[in-house]
Amino acid sequence: MIGRFLSRTTSRNLYGFVMVGLGGILLLFLVLPFVALLLDGGPDSILRGLGCALTWPAMRLSLGTSLISVGLVVLGGTPLAWWLARSRWRSARWLEILLQLPVVIPPAVGGIALLLAFGRRGLFGGVLERLGWSPAFSSVAVVMAQVFVSAPFYMQAAVQAFGRLDRNLLAVGRSLGASPPRLFFQVALPLARPWLIGGAAMTWARALGEFGATLMFAGNMTGKTQTLPLAIYTALELDIHTAQALSLLLVAFAFALLLFLRRFNRNLELTRRPASS
Amino acid sequence: MSGDSSSRLSIAVEAELGPFLLQASLEVGAESLALVGPNGSGKTSLLLAVLGLLKPDRGRVALGDDVFFDSELEIELPTEERHLAYLPQDFGLFPHLTAVQNVAFALACGPERMSKKQRRNQAMGWLDRFGLGALANRNPAQLSGGERQRIALARALASSPKALLLDEPTASLDVEARTEVRAFLAESIRSLGLPTILVTHDAKDAEALASRVMVLEKGRVAACGLLADIRKVPPTTFASKFFSSPAPAGVVVVPDPVNDGEFRHD
Repeated sequence: MIGRFLSRTTSRNLYGFVMVGLGGILLLFLVLPFVALLLDGGPDSILRGLGCALTWPAMRLSLGTSLISVGLVVLGGTPLAWWLARSRWRSARWLEILLQLPVVIPPAVGGIALLLAFGRRGLFGGVLERLGWSPAFSSVAVVMAQVFVSAPFYMQAAVQAFGRLDRNLLAVGRSLGASPPRLFFQVALPLARPWLIGGAAMTWARALGEFGATLMFAGNMTGKTQTLPLAIYTALELDIHTAQALSLLLVAFAFALLLFLRRFNRNLELTRRPASS
Repeated sequence: MSGDSSSRLSIAVEAELGPFLLQASLEVGAESLALVGPNGSGKTSLLLAVLGLLKPDRGRVALGDDVFFDSELEIELPTEERHLAYLPQDFGLFPHLTAVQNVAFALACGPERMSKKQRRNQAMGWLDRFGLGALANRNPAQLSGGERQRIALARALASSPKALLLDEPTASLDVEARTEVRAFLAESIRSLGLPTILVTHDAKDAEALASRVMVLEKGRVAACGLLADIRKVPPTTFASKFFSSPAPAGVVVVPDPVNDGEFRHD
């Protein structure tokens, strides 16, 4: 009896030990790099790093291009998602999968694909060049790379948001005489908005962090195509503390964005309880 | 609030629904018809076909002289041009709009150009008429089932519909609200005098709100007739089960004094 009791407590202890141990190791591994990023070298060297000549051009470019990218993704992605979410066409499902592809392929592959499509010797590059426009290795290319890799985040959120809309609501709206634009702007869009904002925020974060496709398709030219992630890459060869300072900038931004999303979602849950009894 | 009594809703449709073929024809004048039948017998599909949310393979749907759908003439009027009031089971109030905004939405869809303020005033008028003025600025989530049902009806009527389509109007309510809503709907349907189709699983709904009954089984019309006749001599097993209330046919027992007895049509 006592032996059985003992073995039960030991097995329970062992269980707790293993669970806490395994989880703790992963937690440490995930947290320690951030601790190092924050503490290594102390605030002076970080401030000095921020004063580096690369910082401000890269920051300006990153903010400008990523905001334009988000704008373009939202502008084109919203109608596309609205159509995809309601389409009964079978190819629409395949299109949805295709649109998710940039998330799972390495960004470098995206960069090569963009280069092969719109580069000077690319599939459509010749046509574009004859029109007097060659986007590769310019700030436009930075935006193109960001749109390519970040659009899926918005698309996924938007297709889901529109797909989740209560079909009865849309049916009732139509029976009341609402034209398709009224239905979209006054019913679908306001109801989907919280998820659209969440998707746009993730898209922004992804665009801001874009590295591989940008490097391949836009290059790494200070003030022109060198965004923050590329500046980090360049700074690493000069001084690791500059790279550290730039990295902290991106971490701070990402953290703020996550905080915003959490708060936003919490408010959402408070204000939008389901309307069913 | 009265409809054109001369406009009849005439429906004759055929639609492949997967497990069976929906094949039904019916005429509804200024009266209320209860559409009953087992689950998955095509009741809601028939309603959706009238609404224009489901395209029949063949047939014709018309309200008076307005042809909504005609497969031979290749006419298919979009839902928003059919002027039908549709009340789904969960009432379909827009959760992001207040009660008065919900009604104003219907007014904004109408042919009349109105300023935002005019719309709001008219919407308030509709709410007042239904005794809902005090709830104007509430969101649907803050309203009881019965209140939501009333607002949904006020909104539907604000769009000046020519017929009324109700899908399980009391199914998502608790028992108390059910009685209250049933009485309110019975009164509204009677005073409106519009062609009304009511899909229901509840014999009490049919008895309180309809004068005729159509029994749909596996997509076919199994029976159609006056409610009193169908209840007295149920033509199918389903119909006899449907109406087998505690009260034997022909004897009206009202166990609850505020029940729907006084609004009964027959």
